[in-house]
Amino acid sequence: MVNPNVQGKKYPETSPYLVGREKVREFANAVFSTNPVNLDLFAAQAAGYSDLVAPPTFAVVIQERSLPAVLQDPEADIDFSRVVHGDQRFVSVRPIVAGDELTSVLEVASVKSLGAHSMVTFNTEVFDAEKKLVCTAISTLVVRGE
Amino acid sequence: MTHINIASLEVGQEIGSHTFHFTRDSLVRYAGASGDFNPIHYRDDFAKSVGLDGVLAHGMLTMGAAVQVAVNWVGDAGKVIDYGVRFTKPVFVDADKGADVLVIGKVGAIDLENNTVRIDLSASSAELAVLGKAQAVIKL
Repeated sequence: MVNPNVQGKKYPETSPYLVGREKVREFANAVFSTNPVNLDLFAAQAAGYSDLVAPPTFAVVIQERSLPAVLQDPEADIDFSRVVHGDQRFVSVRPIVAGDELTSVLEVASVKSLGAHSMVTFNTEVFDAEKKLVCTAISTLVVRGE
Repeated sequence: MTHINIASLEVGQEIGSHTFHFTRDSLVRYAGASGDFNPIHYRDDFAKSVGLDGVLAHGMLTMGAAVQVAVNWVGDAGKVIDYGVRFTKPVFVDADKGADVLVIGKVGAIDLENNTVRIDLSASSAELAVLGKAQAVIKL
C-alpha cells in the first residue's frame, strides 16, 4: 500500500532538460505525427513558433525524469513492479518548443485506496528557463495490491 | 489562425479518423523517444513472467498517436491546450502481425467565448476500447 502521508509531498526540482530539435522530430515520428510544425522548421516558424513544436504528449519525457524521486522514496513505499498507468493528462500554458530548457517539480496530489489497490496521482509542473509554468502533467498510477 | 470556423461546427460531428498500425518496431522506437524502457513493451519472455498475455504497447504511445487525429484536423500541434485519457485496456502487439488501433475524433463540446473546441477521441484495438474519456481541447 502506498503511504497516504506522502499526499502533498513535493520532490526537489529536476535538473534542466534541453529540448533538442532532433529529439522533437524523433518523438514526433514515434507517435506517428505528420504535422509539419513538429517536423519542418520553416513550417513551425511560418506558424509563429521560434522552433519545432513538440507533440502534445512530449512532456511525458520530463515527467519520466521527475518520477524516480518518488518511486525510489522509501516513505512513499510504491512497488513499481505492481504499477499500472491509470490515466494521464497534460494541461499546457504554451507549447514546448525546441530550445526550451525545462525543469520540473513533482507533487503527490493524492493517494487513495481502492480495496487492495492504491491510486496515486502526481502533478508534475514543468517550467522554462525563466521559471514560467509551461505545462502540468497529471498522472495516476494504480498500484495493485498483494 | 486556422482554417476552421468555430461557428460552423456541431457537437457530434466527426472530424477525422485513422488506423494506426503498431509493430514491435513502433514500440522500440517509442521506448527510445520517450525514455520508457519497461521490457513489457519489447520482451515476450518478460511480459509473460509478469502475467501478461504478451508484449503490449506503451499506453503513452496510444495516447500520443490518438491525438494526431485532432492535430491533423486543426493543422497545428501547438493548438492542443489540454489532453487527457484513461487507459482502459492494453494493446497487445503481435511480433508478426502487429496491432491496429482505430481512432475516431468527434466534436465533444464547443466554447465560443474561449474559442476552444473539445475533441472526443475513441480508440479501439481488436474491437475493444483501449482509451477512455480521451479528450483534447483545441484553441482555435
